Amino acid sequence: MATTRRLADVGAQDAATVGGKAASLGEMLGAGLPVPPGFVIPASVYAECRLMWGHGPDLEDMVASLRGSGLAEVERACGDVRAMVASIPIPAHIEQAVHSAYSALCSGAGDPRLAVAVRSSSVGEDSAGASFAGEHDTFLWVRGPGEVVDAMRRCWASLYTARAITYRSEMGLGDRGLSMGVVVQAMVVPTSAGVAFTLNPSNGDRSVVAIDSSWGFGEAVVSGETTPDHFLVDKVLDAVTSRTVSDKVHEFRLDDDDRIVRSEVPEDRRTAASLTDAQVVDVARVARAAERHAACPQDVEWAIAPFGAGEPQVVLLQARPETVWSRLPARSLVDESDADPMSSIVSTLIAPLHAQPGDTPEQ
Amino acid sequence: MSDRFPSPFEVETPEGAQGWADLYAYPTLFSEGRREHEEAVFWFQDGVHWPGPLAPWDATLAEYAMASLSQYNSRHLLVPSSNGIELRILNGYVYLSPVPVPDEEVAERIPQFVDRAGHYFANWDDLYAGWMEKVRALIAGLEALDFAPLPAVEDADAVVKSGSGVGSGFRLLSAYRELLELAHLLWQYHFEFLNLGYAAYLDFFGFCKRAWPSIPDLAVATMVAGVEVDLFRPDEELKRLARIAVDAGLAPVLASGSADEVFARLRSDAAGRAWIVEYERSSQPWFNFSTGAGFSHTDRIWIECPDVPLGFIRSYIATLESGGSLDRQVEAICAERERLVAEYSQYLPDEAARTVFLAKLDLARTVFPYVENHNFYVEHWSHAVIWRKMRALGGVLADAGFWTSADDVFYLKRTEVEDALWDYYVSWSSPATAAGPRHWPAIVERRAAILDALRAWTPSPALGSPPEVVTEPFTIMLWGITSDSIAAWLGRSDAEDGVLTGFAASPGIAEGRARVIHSADQMGEVADGEILVAPLTAPSWAPIFGRIAATVTDTGGIMSHAAIVCREYGLPAVTGTGVATSTITTGMLLRVDGARGTVTILG
Repeated sequence: MATTRRLADVGAQDAATVGGKAASLGEMLGAGLPVPPGFVIPASVYAECRLMWGHGPDLEDMVASLRGSGLAEVERACGDVRAMVASIPIPAHIEQAVHSAYSALCSGAGDPRLAVAVRSSSVGEDSAGASFAGEHDTFLWVRGPGEVVDAMRRCWASLYTARAITYRSEMGLGDRGLSMGVVVQAMVVPTSAGVAFTLNPSNGDRSVVAIDSSWGFGEAVVSGETTPDHFLVDKVLDAVTSRTVSDKVHEFRLDDDDRIVRSEVPEDRRTAASLTDAQVVDVARVARAAERHAACPQDVEWAIAPFGAGEPQVVLLQARPETVWSRLPARSLVDESDADPMSSIVSTLIAPLHAQPGDTPEQ
Repeated sequence: MSDRFPSPFEVETPEGAQGWADLYAYPTLFSEGRREHEEAVFWFQDGVHWPGPLAPWDATLAEYAMASLSQYNSRHLLVPSSNGIELRILNGYVYLSPVPVPDEEVAERIPQFVDRAGHYFANWDDLYAGWMEKVRALIAGLEALDFAPLPAVEDADAVVKSGSGVGSGFRLLSAYRELLELAHLLWQYHFEFLNLGYAAYLDFFGFCKRAWPSIPDLAVATMVAGVEVDLFRPDEELKRLARIAVDAGLAPVLASGSADEVFARLRSDAAGRAWIVEYERSSQPWFNFSTGAGFSHTDRIWIECPDVPLGFIRSYIATLESGGSLDRQVEAICAERERLVAEYSQYLPDEAARTVFLAKLDLARTVFPYVENHNFYVEHWSHAVIWRKMRALGGVLADAGFWTSADDVFYLKRTEVEDALWDYYVSWSSPATAAGPRHWPAIVERRAAILDALRAWTPSPALGSPPEVVTEPFTIMLWGITSDSIAAWLGRSDAEDGVLTGFAASPGIAEGRARVIHSADQMGEVADGEILVAPLTAPSWAPIFGRIAATVTDTGGIMSHAAIVCREYGLPAVTGTGVATSTITTGMLLRVDGARGTVTILG
């Protein structure tokens, strides 16, 4: 098997070898969704490096010995494990392969030091059963072949963050045989970004796409750092049916040194909508395409950014199955009175219309 | 900001309108004897049906309508939660107050309602077919009424030798009494089905809101709306006439001049005469179509003002000549309706929910043709005949010197018309001098001045104590009165500056310059691409809906007749803003969002 694979060449069937995130991004890209291009370093590469390195059992024992220890102790020991993994020796043919995949990505974009995101893609994550949201690390604004290799090792190391260990333990998953792929993907600089659910997270209504959006990088929305604008798009009508524009105090922007910094949103944009209605509808279409392709409700991260040489457009950064409403039994809509049309009409007349015409839906 | 509206008893009479109460019957007035009750309840002004002050005779139809509505809710069907609606007239404007059912009586009304309403739902199609026959017979009865001047000598054969024993004077008086009876009967018929139709629609609506909490109201309405609807026929007839004119090469003949001139030119050749035959075929009954809500004798009616339909026909001819199409995309409309049904039902949780959804949809679709069509038969066609006959009667008395023009009859209350006819009849029989010619002209003149003064006055949108929350379904559906609109009237709205909110009556977003008009007479001022801002719109304004960008009204809910027609024409509409015509001025740049019910003043 090739050491690296083009993102466009992997799909859902590769989840066991490249990890959930890489598989789902590749699947979306293959389905024609606007996913930034990139390549994948399969989990087998980590396994091979571990094998060559020869420290295999030691790490797992170190982790296992931490059970029942105090928090500080755990943090310290995890730090040691991560430091070891982050400096794992890389065989020459692997380094070579990553360098050349990066260089191919650079020439495709016409930038010899293209900024990329290096993302963890552990095997078993992003399944409908466990989201692993934010448990492993992602490194942004990585430039240069050596830096990409370092970031790849730090992704592997993030298998051993205290929070990942805790999460696995809570989910009843073991620490042995951990397997992690890595995705390297071109960075985009968004004008606005956020998340979208292909159902209404406040009531489970699957006829809408719910979108949270703010200025700059999506971290503002994902971290809860700022109150985002909120939109609902009706899937049947393909139209915005509710919009709440918030006062967005902070945004995350790129500074001159490729650092994402938090800054105050200038006065004139704070209470302006971070998406036009047309963009809202576009974001919803991309989210729905992801949902259709995955055949289940999705939770996606998106950005509005220049893509290739073109105008700013919706870019799909991540898509994973929605895990809250999808796991609940479907709420029943039908009560006894519905069985008989007359008693239903009587209830309608007696019970006031809770949702009055013209009221905006509750958020 | 206040927590209540003015008491009806603190509202002052506008300058020049002193004595206005004499124009209306005593039960319609706020009075000391009922003060405690009248101050304790909530009254909203009905601008949907009566945007201006009522002429005395016009109050007749308002009284018949509200009494009939009330009687069906409270005495016939025993609607569990709603009794009737009380009507009052204050400074000439109509105020309504829904009468609730005491909580303890609700339960005992249910079995009777289920029995009675259930019978209608179960036999809807047959009963509705019967309704159509009844109303057509009623209209024929109205048409047969004859208001002619009394003859100097009765006809020898028809009156004397026939042995009928009845003279023209008797017949004249009895024709007027029959007109009143038929008008009252018309409103009995009107409410035989209407609230049941709304109830079934609301039940479907409530289910949709439970299933898809953020579904727009208009999507619910679109799933139910009919495709072949009589209310759209008048406009279809205009298009038919435009097509015939173009095919026959008559476009240049129709292009300019008044309707009189155009018809004179048409009569000069065979093709023109053939077109007139088609025009007459269309006009009866379809041009018995009011330019207003049909409740005012001043609303113009197409069949009597051929310049109005002719103007619309001209603009359709222009569309055809510039290569445009007038065809309604019936198949596309049907397909879209079914697409919504199929796609929304996909988002239901299970088969049981789909079954219930389709059953409720089916019932809503069964009742909806009545909701859509009755408006043409009652408010347009029947009322047009009533106004016409009353004008004939007014003309008889005008010729007898009672007043100046036929329309002056509407300055009399309905009971006063009977007195005047008696005066005319008895003075004819003597013969002697009638009292009327020295009695009525001064009254007519004073009442005309009072109505002018009332017209210049702006009524409070509501009176009395607002309810905690508006829950009465018919009030919401028909008049668009909600807790939100009451809050906005009281200045308690948290709306942004420069943004008006109302009902999302018809979807779409449009930007353009505002054109504020206060009556149908100003319709000619509206230019292509403008946003029409009006107290209310009528279905008969549809022909201009194709060339304006959007419409915004002060009054009306999502089931108001205008909202139904806007959806049909794909025209973005926000209704029931309460304040559009007083906030917006002609020329302002607006953004109308008909899916969210907002109007933003951009500059």
